[in-house]
Parts: sequence; structure tokens; C-alpha cells
Amino acid sequence: MDLGRDLAIETLRRMLRIRRFEEATIELFHAGELPAMVHLSIGQEAAIVGACLATTTEDYMTGNHRSHGHPIAKGADVNRLMAELLGKAGGVCKGKGGSMHLADFSVGSLGESGIVGSAIPVAVGAGLAADVLGNGRVALCFFGDGAANEGVFHESMNLAAVWRLPVVFFCENNGWAVSVRAEELTSVENISVRAAGYGVPGVTVDGQDPVAVHAAVREAVDRARRGEGPSLVEAKTYRFHEHAYGLRLRNPYRDESEVDEWRRERDPIDLFRRRLLAEGVAGEAELAAIDAEVRAEIDAAVEFARTSPYPEPEEAYRDLYYVAEVSA
Amino acid sequence: MSTAPVTSRRTAQLGFLQAIQQAQREEMLRDERVILMGQDLRANVFGAAQGFLDEFGPSRVRDLPLSEAASVGMAAGAAMAGLRPIVDLTVASFMFCAMDQFVSQVAKNRYMFGGQARMPVVFRQALYYHGGTAAHHADRPYPMFMNVPGLKIMVPSNGPDLKGLLKTAIRDDNPVLCFEDATLWGRGGRGPAPEDDEHLVPFGVAAVPREGTDVTVVGIGGGVRHALDAAAELAAEGIDVEVVDPRTLVPMDWPAILASVAKTGRCVVVDPANRTCSAASEIAAHIVEQGFDSLRAPVLRVTSDDVHVPFSPALEKQIYPSEEKVIAAVRRVLGVER
Repeated sequence: MDLGRDLAIETLRRMLRIRRFEEATIELFHAGELPAMVHLSIGQEAAIVGACLATTTEDYMTGNHRSHGHPIAKGADVNRLMAELLGKAGGVCKGKGGSMHLADFSVGSLGESGIVGSAIPVAVGAGLAADVLGNGRVALCFFGDGAANEGVFHESMNLAAVWRLPVVFFCENNGWAVSVRAEELTSVENISVRAAGYGVPGVTVDGQDPVAVHAAVREAVDRARRGEGPSLVEAKTYRFHEHAYGLRLRNPYRDESEVDEWRRERDPIDLFRRRLLAEGVAGEAELAAIDAEVRAEIDAAVEFARTSPYPEPEEAYRDLYYVAEVSA
Repeated sequence: MSTAPVTSRRTAQLGFLQAIQQAQREEMLRDERVILMGQDLRANVFGAAQGFLDEFGPSRVRDLPLSEAASVGMAAGAAMAGLRPIVDLTVASFMFCAMDQFVSQVAKNRYMFGGQARMPVVFRQALYYHGGTAAHHADRPYPMFMNVPGLKIMVPSNGPDLKGLLKTAIRDDNPVLCFEDATLWGRGGRGPAPEDDEHLVPFGVAAVPREGTDVTVVGIGGGVRHALDAAAELAAEGIDVEVVDPRTLVPMDWPAILASVAKTGRCVVVDPANRTCSAASEIAAHIVEQGFDSLRAPVLRVTSDDVHVPFSPALEKQIYPSEEKVIAAVRRVLGVER
């Protein structure tokens, strides 16, 4: 396998970490422990992990409301992410961001945006900082097919292109902009062709294959680090759950058979697990052990989140402004 | 640099554009993380970035495309990743193109991410009214941003304050909106040039450019000029006006305003913004809530009227605050209306 054994195993581990983390949030939702709905990345794990593992924790990342997978794949501590979902003091954002606005600056996650597309230029800015400071970092910018129709996406692509900034625009095209099929709302079948309008490379890959995603993003990252500017990578993927878990849309918009088919035939974790076995990268026992380890991690994260206290009321009034520490 | 004799330096005046030029240059020399981005910077369209490209190079001095939303969000991201950008948006009306970025990213990211982000970024924009620019270039929109927690807002009334506040803003780790009242670009905005190279004006500290005992007139930006002119006129009639210039609207120096009103018992607020939910409205409400006992008359607002800015010279000027409107308001709170 092109990834090499260690990276292949780590890829599986992080995909499982997203899957088990989100399965746990479903249980918490039904137990009435989640304060709000959650937007799940289940089905999109290969795209997310393949992209993130082509960067390091020094590199920057921004994302969107479908927020859990990105920081998990980037290497964030799942305890603090889970506590954030429960609105606890131990949360990565101290309970002030919640499910749609996770951020963990310690691993380069500069924050997810609940406003679709709004964090795209933030990634361009992180790329600008890397360029001006000459620190060799790149910025990985996650957005969905819906955001590719926001004006700020186009402004950002152009800006990053004219200044040759080290930015990788990464579109998770899950085929559905909430309830409308992407092709009804988007002028092109492959969003990656829009890269040509800005004179940058664009490529579409199978978002259910972490190896293909990793290769495409790796190339884009290398190009960015060489000072050759941004790229657009589009991963075709699929959302296995409702737009937001717990959301009940009045009218059905996609056939259950379509969802079932993706779950049965195109589950990125099943596909990758079978491939690891087929190519002799790992055996059944090892894969089962990894899953057990991840389940234990997530159980511990849920326990951490449950036992973390709620923030004190005055926490609502902190962090609005940075206040310089006054030296004596 | 020229070496002007000490005597002439003492009387030297500092205007708006020169103040911006000096503040930006001094801070860019002081800290290489400070970068300047704006539209038509190299062409130096408003005169505040002369020579910057040559001195600081193309990495730190960048002309922006017509992409206000991406420019503002990019500056936020750059600030979160270690730079200290100054963004020259030229005209305040153009901020509307980037409202989501100002509100959702610039103002909220530090708070929403539990204090992980620092946002050392300054956005500069002119209040480009009173000159036939009509409705799409003449807004005074700072009150809209006062309604967004997480931003700091400066509206200076003279060159020395502008320089000192802007230097403070560039060193601040919070986002600052710097509104520059273009009616003060000429003589009206000049003041004695500071002699100190480290001329820093703190945020949240009002100035009292004229002391008086009869009426407090709080001025915002160009409103301070009207207040001072009115005060000089009224002095001839024996009316002693105190002028208070908050200089920054967020944070606001409430103690200074309340102390002045406690002394005079009367207050007029002069604000070039549209009347409804203006800075003047907030100041008036605050005085009523916190200083009611000292009031001997209603607080009056002298603001722009709630209409869009018309183009024709025959129409435009009447909608704004003026010296005459301030004089009339002062007479009204004193009960000496003619």
C-alpha cells in the first residue's frame, strides 16, 4: 500500500475514532444528554482523515458546522471535544463553542464555522501568515459542496491564487446540500473544475478511499510548501445520516435505498478494512484490537465529558477580549 | 528624516492623513509582524501609505483585490496565525460587503473558541460623507458594530489622537475598527503634533478638549468639531460649554461622561451617525440610567436624520449635525431657546 504500514494503520485508527465518537454522540442524543443537534461526519471519514494525515499538527486547518471529524483527524484530544459537545467546563472551547464550532489550536485547528463557507478566507489568512513568516506551514481548508456556491469561496480562491499562498482547498462533496441534490444547485458536476477559473490545479478523487484522498492532498501540500500556491481537491463522499442528527425534515428528499446502498457498498471504513486485510497490511486480530482500543478511548471520553462540571455562570462573560497580563 | 528646529516642531500641526502615515510606519518599523493591506495602496489613493512599498517590501505591503469579505476574513486568519495585519478598507460603506466576516469571524472567534484565538488586527475605513458621495459611499456605520461584542471601536476627532489611538490599536491583541471622519481630513482635524515618539493614546479614556460648567456636549468624530465651534460661539453669550470627546466608543469612558454631566446637569450628544440606535442613543440611555439624579433637562441627541445620503448639494448638508444644530440644542437644554 502506498501509504506504508504505519500510516495505513493510523488512517484506520482515526477513521474509527470519528465513527465511534459520533456513534457515542447518537447515544448521548437519545439519552437526552446532548444540549443540541449534531451534524455527523459518518460516511465521510476517509475524506477527512486522508486529507488531515497529509498535514502535520503544525499546519493550520479550518472547517465547517460538520465539525467533529476535522479536529479528531487532526489529532485533537477526544476527551475535550466530547466535553465541548456536552457544554462542559472541560470542553476544548470551555463550553462556549459547542458541536458546530470546535477548535483546538494546539493541533493547528483554528476553528470550525457554523456559518457555511465563512471560515474559508480564515484559512487563506493562515496561509498568508505562513507565507509572510516563512515558517513552511500550509493551511487546509475544509468546506462542503454547498459552500462552493458562497461568494467568499470564489474571493478566497482568487486571493490565494494571486498571492500563491500555501492553502489546500478541500471540498467534501457529500452530494446533498441539506435537502437538495448538489447538482441542482451547483453549475458543475465536479466542483474541482472551478479551480481552472482561478488558474490553480483542481482534482476530484473518490472520497471513500483514504489512500486516493491522501495522495491528492499530499501532492497539493507539497506544492504549497514549494511556494507554488493553492490547489483545490474535491472528494466525492456521502452523508450517511440526516443533515443534523435529530433534525426531522417534513418531506423526505432522498430514497432510503440510496442511503442503504452507500452504507452497504461504500462505507469507507469497511472498504479500507477489507483492503488492509486483502493486501496483508494487517490481520483480523490486529484490526479488532485497534477497534477495541478506539472504543475504550471513546468510552473514556464520554466518561470525561459526563464527569466534567458545567462552567460557572461567569464563564459566559470571559474571553470576549484578550486582556494583557499586567506585570508587577 | 528632516531635522526641524525645536521652535517650529513645538508649533507643528498633525493632520489626519499624516497621523495615519506616521502611526503605521512607526509600528511597522517596531514589529515586523505588522503588515499593511488595502485597495490601491501603491497608488496611495488617500495619501496615507506614501513610500511604504519601497520601505517595507511587497510581502508586508499588499494591494487587495475587490474582495472585501475574503480580505476581512483573511486578515482574521492571519491574525490568528501570528501576523498583526492593518487592513485599509478605504470607505466605511464597503464594510457591508464583509459583514459576515466581521461578525462571525473577527468578533466571535476568540470568544467562541474559549479564548484560544488572539485577533490582533486593525481595520481602517473613512466616514466619507458630506462631500457629494451619495448613499453608497457616505455611511457612518460604527453604531452597527457597537452592537457586536468583541470589537473595539475608535472614532478620533483630531490627528494627534488618531495617531496615538492607532498605535495603541496596532499593539492590541483584539480586533479594532478605526473609523476616520473624512470631514476632519483638512484643517478641522489638525492638532499639535506630539513630540513624544511613543505617543500612545489609551482606549477607553475620554478627552475633555474644553472645560465648562453649564452644559456637557459629548461629540463623536466630526461632532467634536461642531461642539467646539458651538462652544466658542456660545461663550460670547456667557454660556459655558464643556466638550467631552470619548475618542473610543468601545470601550466607552462612562465615568468621564457621567462626571461631566454630574457637574453640568445637562447634556447634548453630537453624533454624525443616523439617529436610530446611534452612539448618541446609547450615550443618552446610559446617562439616563446611571446619572438621572444629576440631570436638570432631557439629554438631547444631535445626529444625522434617518434618511439615506442624497447626492445634490442642495439636499445633503441639512441631514447632518452642524454647529447651528448644536447651538440650538444647547439653548434648549438651558431653556433659553430663541
